[in-house]
Amino acid sequence: MKNEALKNISIKELLLQLADDDFIHSYRGAEWLGLAPHIEEDVASASISQDTMGHAAIFYKLLEELGEGDADRLAHDRPAKERRNAIILEAANGPGYYMKDPDYDWAFAVVRNYFYTEAKAIKIQSLQSSSYEPLAEVAQKVQMELYYHLMHWKMWFVQLLGSHHADAVSRMKAAIDKTLPDFAGVFSLGQYGEEMVELGLIDGGIQKKWVEAVTPIFESVGLATTFKIGMAKGDGRNGVHTEDLEAALETLSEVYASDKAASW
Amino acid sequence: MNVLFNEMTEQEKLNHFIARIEAGEKIEADDWMPEDYRGTLIKLISMHGISEIMGALPEKEWVPKAPTLNRKLGIMAKVQDEMGHGQILLRVAEDLLKPCGKKRDDLMQDLFNGDLKFHNVFHMEAKTWGDAGLIGWLVDGAAIISQTNMLGSSYGPYSRALHRICAEEVFHAQHGEAIIMALAEGTEQQRKLVQDSIDYWWESLLLFFGPPSKKEVGSSKQDITIKYRIRTSTNEELRQAFFSKYVKRILSLGYTIPDQTLRFDKESETWIYRQPDWGKLKVYARNEGPRSQGRLSLRRISYENNKWVREALAPKVM
Repeated sequence: MKNEALKNISIKELLLQLADDDFIHSYRGAEWLGLAPHIEEDVASASISQDTMGHAAIFYKLLEELGEGDADRLAHDRPAKERRNAIILEAANGPGYYMKDPDYDWAFAVVRNYFYTEAKAIKIQSLQSSSYEPLAEVAQKVQMELYYHLMHWKMWFVQLLGSHHADAVSRMKAAIDKTLPDFAGVFSLGQYGEEMVELGLIDGGIQKKWVEAVTPIFESVGLATTFKIGMAKGDGRNGVHTEDLEAALETLSEVYASDKAASW
Repeated sequence: MNVLFNEMTEQEKLNHFIARIEAGEKIEADDWMPEDYRGTLIKLISMHGISEIMGALPEKEWVPKAPTLNRKLGIMAKVQDEMGHGQILLRVAEDLLKPCGKKRDDLMQDLFNGDLKFHNVFHMEAKTWGDAGLIGWLVDGAAIISQTNMLGSSYGPYSRALHRICAEEVFHAQHGEAIIMALAEGTEQQRKLVQDSIDYWWESLLLFFGPPSKKEVGSSKQDITIKYRIRTSTNEELRQAFFSKYVKRILSLGYTIPDQTLRFDKESETWIYRQPDWGKLKVYARNEGPRSQGRLSLRRISYENNKWVREALAPKVM
């Protein structure tokens, strides 16, 4: 019985991590709408953000089916301390508000998107053989779209770093230095991580696989492969978050919160 | 044939061109065309393209705030479509601009310095979620009416682009209608959102189709676009079609239209309505609408902030 309870909580925790990661990641992507470097990129990245929101919705739906409450409520009506997303994903795109003076950094967007998509691809690969079957099923669907997301962000990463344009290269390096110190939060499986792995819900060692995947890409653009990956600001999986998330939640739930009982 | 064509006088070329469009033939980007035809198309299509892009902004404001997961997905898809339409249309405009030595960068500069205008509706604020729904329902509804009018355009690339665009616009109007229906069937507060939006947008929707003739604003391109078979109906015919399609629907939801003089005159079979303030079209054309500068500023910021990206991606000159 105790084992059953532990299993249930591990499944829910994992689903919350997956859902909250994609949800906030897509939100940050949506803030970029209309502001991307060129119109073609606006269309492409909007499509990716849309897919990602779709993935979040699928994961929230799985939670709903487990009796965790309405998917829309899970997405819009949980305070920051209950969110499980990695802290690096909630970090603002840059100074300013998306409607006024958004001083957003495309280098940070490319680096975070590429790193995250690579990590997500590793997780989704593993989830396809998850012992929790509903999750294994949706992982197949997500995998198909993820292939294109990864190709897209990898291309940007390599093009900008390989551009020999001094400003671009230095901005990209600065973005990498900003991202890695908090990026272990994406690999973390939180306090029930060991159980998740033992129960066969997901494979461990995600960080190691990630380093293996990005190493040749780093080498191809002449970057050092000494990865200083950390969780400087804490582990979002355990409900530790920043003001950036508070501000984002306020915006993304503005209409929902105006009448939680209403049908929208 | 080509040699012969090149030996023709300008008048003979023009006659040949008119004969082609009157026979329903499509003109392609590399075909000979009169300068005022090219000029009219450039103005029309670059304005249409940039309006799609500027038009993505009012709804983009509501993407992060959309109240449910499905609404978030729906409005994200719509904004993406609008940007996609902008891209397709700018490509069509770029081909026409080629002989003039202008590129997309020049179009962006024209937008920033006020030479390239965008549609009046996109100078307005989108203050509430109700506005986000109404834009999809009625602004896109109006756009469908005005664009369907040009599906048979004599300019092939524009006609083909419009076929694709109109197909997607139908989904947008349905998306907007779904938001509005949910609000209309909702709480008192939700119902009020819709009425406020109708009151705020009504005049802009009438202005959207343009003045009935050039006497209202001093100029109108409708004569030349009809002459060259770029479009078929007049501005007023399109506005009348809009009334016929939407007045009943709005009233049947229990809402009012902020024009007590609005009525259908059976004898003349036309809608009688209070004229909007046509002077506002000039105000918006000067980028002096409620949100004109705010939205232009967003595009300018994006253009300036990403200058390094364009430079890094530019082909290297060896």
